[in-house]
Amino acid sequence: MKVLVCVKQTFDTEAKIELKDGKIADAGINLIINPYDEVAVEGAIQLKEKGVAKEIVVVAAGSDKAMDAIRTALAMGADRGVLVQQDTAADEFARAVALADAIKAENPDIVLAGHVAADDGSSQVPTRVAEILGFPHINVITSIEVAGGKATCSSEADGGTQVTEVSLPAVISSQVSWNEPRYPSMKGIMAAKKKPVATVAAAAADNKVKIVEFSMPPAKAAGIKIEDEPEVCATKLAEWMKNTVKVELK
Amino acid sequence: MAGTWIFVEQRDGNIRKVTYEMLSEAKKFGDEVAAVVFGKGVEALAPEFAKYGADKVYVVEDDVFANYNTGAYVAQMVAMINEFKPNAVLFAHTFNGRDFGSRLAQKLQLGLATDAIAVELSAGKGLFTRAIYAGKALAKVEVAGEPVLGTIRPGVCEVGDVSGAGAVVKPAVAATAADVYQTVKSFVPTVSARPELTEADVVVSGGRGCKGPDGIKLVEQLADLLGAAVGGSRASIDSGWLGHELQVGQTGKVVNPNLYVAAGISGAIQHLAGMSSSKFIAAINTDTEAPIFNVSDFGVVADLFKVIPTLVSELKK
Ligand SMILES: Cc1cc2nc3c(=O)[nH]c(=O)nc-3n(C[C@H](O)[C@H](O)[C@H](O)COP(=O)(O)OP(=O)(O)OC[C@H]3O[C@@H](n4cnc5c(N)ncnc54)[C@H](O)[C@@H]3O)c2cc1C
Ligand SMILES: Nc1ncnc2c1ncn2[C@@H]1O[C@H](COP(=O)(O)O)[C@@H](O)[C@H]1O
Repeated sequence: MKVLVCVKQTFDTEAKIELKDGKIADAGINLIINPYDEVAVEGAIQLKEKGVAKEIVVVAAGSDKAMDAIRTALAMGADRGVLVQQDTAADEFARAVALADAIKAENPDIVLAGHVAADDGSSQVPTRVAEILGFPHINVITSIEVAGGKATCSSEADGGTQVTEVSLPAVISSQVSWNEPRYPSMKGIMAAKKKPVATVAAAAADNKVKIVEFSMPPAKAAGIKIEDEPEVCATKLAEWMKNTVKVELK
Repeated sequence: MAGTWIFVEQRDGNIRKVTYEMLSEAKKFGDEVAAVVFGKGVEALAPEFAKYGADKVYVVEDDVFANYNTGAYVAQMVAMINEFKPNAVLFAHTFNGRDFGSRLAQKLQLGLATDAIAVELSAGKGLFTRAIYAGKALAKVEVAGEPVLGTIRPGVCEVGDVSGAGAVVKPAVAATAADVYQTVKSFVPTVSARPELTEADVVVSGGRGCKGPDGIKLVEQLADLLGAAVGGSRASIDSGWLGHELQVGQTGKVVNPNLYVAAGISGAIQHLAGMSSSKFIAAINTDTEAPIFNVSDFGVVADLFKVIPTLVSELKK
């Protein structure tokens, strides 16, 4: 079975965001593999360790910088990579078109992805890819069982846990609680350097969504801070909750 | 092209609050507002939507719609869009809503603005404000299309005092069992007497400073007094004190309550991403330098084990 994982290169979650010339400044920002995609890579490796998957291919769409995300996944244990060269200004639609095109050429049994990208993520790309490929999909998964040409996954839905079954091939997106991604070993990092990564051009697609403007969120007015005996603090906090917030008690 | 459609999120007839928020918000654009509900035995819900602003209620009932499934719901929505030509269709940014919106948008080869915190609609055009980089920046995006498609974050729009005629329209059923490609084997609701995190008016969260189940009990006690949902930082979730579905933050839930109480939470950037847009924020932390105080409206530098019991008794007074 061939498992393909979509990995996006994103800003480090600690990154300080600033605007420059009306755009998000990316100079000096540390880039990481999207945390959800790291979980998807780990999920793929575990499927391989169980003997379910034979080969793991990672695919990233973006600039040459996205190569680092691919190398990280290869160092964790994926077998080979595909870099789809695309302008990073591509929107969810254009990215889904480019990814689906590259995925089609690989003919995988399972396509794994993160359920959302931690940068300007939209939670759309995996579902859009599934629609383009005519595959079923399951999102936000916390577990997967693969047997008899089917995948059965638990998902973190609103208000509960949903178990969904689909026929393969399918697109499946991760929730972070699915697993704990491994750190690449020194040996893995060395091995990754020798693993093959193909570079392909993105299928042409125009953006559907236009960014009109970036801005910074309004600064919050300074609040009240009290340093005193705990009882005094508690009493004042209770007063604030009653008088300013106007909480209702059960 | 006319009308703003709000897709109703419901499970077994229980409507998610965000549906009402979106209906009230849509009323601001002057266009006809319609609630669109798919399910079984859902016609009885129609007057509910009228109360919150629906001029029309499109009701589609069939076994195939008993529970949300992407295939049948998208097939039905596509048929209705072709027949009635709405100007915009809005979904809640929830597990089902973003799934529906994404697959529908791709099927129609349209753009979709997801997780919007503000929206302005006009004919054939939508302007959506999205919080990006975990709320560290905002992007205003334009989505053109017939219809304009978007998903709205729960808790960001006010439920208004608006009503509509709520005239029921029953479009033809356009989906069959052949459209279904996902089999939902089970749905196990999280057993909790407390409100859901993303819907609650008040959220009380505990972090590593709770030090263990005893500290979390205090958090729960305060939450129950306030009728609040309980949440946690990743530290308290990773320690196993709270279930993962209760994590607030960048890789957890984004909450927008009226009041958020952070007890023993330092306020790491990834945590702030999930709660900094709350209307009021209170923080209890022993470290005067804790970054949570930078976003809190009312902060107390004190031991939560001493503060919460007194706070509970003071509130009860
Ligand atoms: C990719 C990524 C994603 C992440 N996603 C999330 C996320 O979604 N949500 C999230 O929360 N975190 C997330 N994190 C983790 C985040 O960086 C922090 O590690 C985490 O939020 C810390 O939790 P905490 O505030 O409970 O613990 P700490 O940072 O250890 O803070 C504990 C606080 O408790 C205070 N304290 C101690 N004793 C007491 C007492 N008796 N009374 C009162 N206060 C006391 C201390 O002063 C301290 O400020 C993520 C990290 C990464 C790298
Ligand atoms: N440029 C990209 N390259 C590879 N995968 C991507 C890309 N953009 C999005 N994805 C995948 O789609 C998931 C969700 O992204 P998004 O829909 O943008 O939030 C990510 O976690 C990735 O798995």
